[in-house]
Amino acid sequence: MAVKFEILRRRSASDPPYTQTVIYDRDTDTTVAEALKYINAELLADDPVSWEHSCGQKKCGACAMRINGLPKLACDVRLKDFPGGVITLEPLKKFPVVRDLIVDRSVIFDDLKKLGAWLTEDAGPDSTGSAYDASRCLRCGCCLEVCPNFYAGGEFFGAAALASAARLISEAQGSDRKRLYGAYNERFYRGCGRSLSCRDICPAGIDTERLLVASNAAAIWKRLARSRD
Amino acid sequence: MKVINIIGAGLAGLSAALTLAEKGIHTRLISRQPSERAQSVLAEGGINAALDTMGEDDTRDLHFEETMRGGAYLADPVAVKALTDGAPGIVERLAAAGVPFSRNPDGSLMLRSFGGQKKKRTAFAQSSTGKMIMTALIDAVRRYEAAGLVERLPHHTMIRLLITDGVCAGVRVRDDYGGRLYDCAGAVIAACGGLNGFFPGVTTGTSDNSGMAAAVLFMQGVKLANLEMIQYHPTTVGIPGKRCLVSEAARGEGGRLFSEKDGVRSYFMEERYPTLKNLMPRDVVSREMYSELRGGAKTFLDMTGIPGETWEHKLSDLREEIIHYLSLDPAAEPVPVEPGIHYFMGGIHVNARHETNLRGLYAAGECACIYHGANRLGGNSVLGALFGGMTAAQSVYEYRSRPRMTDAVFSGHDQLDCEPSDAFSASLGYMLREGLGIVRNDSGIRTALESVQMLGYENEAERAKKALAEAMLYSALGRMESRGAHYREDFPETFEGFRGTTAAQFRDERVRITFEAVGQGE
Repeated sequence: MAVKFEILRRRSASDPPYTQTVIYDRDTDTTVAEALKYINAELLADDPVSWEHSCGQKKCGACAMRINGLPKLACDVRLKDFPGGVITLEPLKKFPVVRDLIVDRSVIFDDLKKLGAWLTEDAGPDSTGSAYDASRCLRCGCCLEVCPNFYAGGEFFGAAALASAARLISEAQGSDRKRLYGAYNERFYRGCGRSLSCRDICPAGIDTERLLVASNAAAIWKRLARSRD
Repeated sequence: MKVINIIGAGLAGLSAALTLAEKGIHTRLISRQPSERAQSVLAEGGINAALDTMGEDDTRDLHFEETMRGGAYLADPVAVKALTDGAPGIVERLAAAGVPFSRNPDGSLMLRSFGGQKKKRTAFAQSSTGKMIMTALIDAVRRYEAAGLVERLPHHTMIRLLITDGVCAGVRVRDDYGGRLYDCAGAVIAACGGLNGFFPGVTTGTSDNSGMAAAVLFMQGVKLANLEMIQYHPTTVGIPGKRCLVSEAARGEGGRLFSEKDGVRSYFMEERYPTLKNLMPRDVVSREMYSELRGGAKTFLDMTGIPGETWEHKLSDLREEIIHYLSLDPAAEPVPVEPGIHYFMGGIHVNARHETNLRGLYAAGECACIYHGANRLGGNSVLGALFGGMTAAQSVYEYRSRPRMTDAVFSGHDQLDCEPSDAFSASLGYMLREGLGIVRNDSGIRTALESVQMLGYENEAERAKKALAEAMLYSALGRMESRGAHYREDFPETFEGFRGTTAAQFRDERVRITFEAVGQGE
């Protein structure tokens, strides 16, 4: 079955966007990522679509884009998952477009720097049981794309920062605890509206609600309880 | 101010940056994509260290001996000794950085069995060990980014080294977002990964690796070594656009290989290798699988005997991945597997200090040829990348040189500011596969070499890739023996006279291959 790809393109941030339509008439059991590679090599070889890709097995987050309106990893979804015969590809909207489907996601990493997402002392035991799951975050940005509270440059850093903070809070010792608890409160807890859209969209399947509950317990409630003692 | 340029932000690059930052040295971490997209996140099974927490009397010496034997004695023993002696300390540091390793009930690190090793020696975090280590290292390096000691240049590609008076004085990079070229002064550590880009679509690695970094270094006179040594991992499955690894941990936890022909099953590894069985070194397992496949059988990995608790606590990611991409549950039915290209033991020739033949240039991680000889043991790649990054950093720290250039914004044209076309890379990859399979012979390698030599090129990037591809084939042609991953059906024996390094260099517009003694530290 032929699939019509509608790809939102843009030569650069200062050029106007336009939609390019391509008819793909091959195996629909393949992923959007592989279809895009084929389109570039065979159908648009003179003017290929710019996009980022790397691992091809949903472990790196490079190929995040809006596919039929929702942020997904192109290597995670297959054409047959979209039975309508039309697949739209657009860049993520909450990050500045570089060109075509490439966006500059550096705000994610800038926010983690502002959060102070590191340990200065040796890690302790995984006190909230979150370290493994939280460490799986790809920093792909899909959660931020659907979050009603996140915008680039804002005070609230979103679930990509939650995942980082959840690991660190779970393992922090000594002075790291106070520092990370405070940062978590300021940059995540205060701004989160609990829509949990991040949990539903995460391509790595991270249960952000569980990270939230565990981190709140450690960084907010126990801390409050301690301060009342 | 001394600034060190690091090309690549995977395990080796991060390890080097962290080591230098802790010494107060400034680094630039140059990478095409953020660390989260590096191939290191795909490492699954674990990291080897003789921690001896499983009551098996494991020792560092045994880790050394098995690494040397697994590599068919082509690795520098001085370097390997330092690696295996340093391994326990590295794993303990990773645990202190918060890597959520699986643990025994007494709190010590749990170790699992891996190929080519008689003792349980592989520390792990389920089947996502690489990702877990990367997350912790990225956080550790971020602290120094915030302090101004590590400057990240993400979305930047190396264009070429800047060499003055025979010394590497810096590196020219392109900002892939803006297109501008920059000259970055300072010594360089190459940590740019393996040669996957020479085999597009058929390796377990990342599609963002074009192989260009190694090709450019080769054209600039950097010596490469043992390019014929390519690891085919026994258990990979085809998913759209690539081979997907089924971790050796699956066999370490009880998975069994069998072949099936005319309805008859043969657990061929257990029948032929009664001691290590399914956990023979990867080169041996892949050759046996190749033999089964050539005989018309199909090969499977039977993981149905792995207990539910093991799936839940040690292999959950692997199970989820197989279900997602193959629509079958490995806990319930055997998975069809075949060998696939997984790792390059060969690469930039370095000594035990990770110095290359070019002063001011160092290399670490999969791009470097040092620890794994003719065949790498599972669990030694993550270790080699981390230890190599640390060692290269220590060497560059001790390196004394006056600045030979200053940083510059370069707006002119560079012939290497280009990419090989997908069609060119695909053709080259097809030719290389024909010559550099699991089983090789003279006529197959020569046919591939002739095809590569006939292949036209349209830009300097393609010319560089073509030259390095020729070097790979000449290396395989010249090694007229079978050793480790290099199996020649026309020379099935191993010869002591060939226990040496195949060195490749581009000089006077030609690929030159020489045969050298195995390094002994220097």
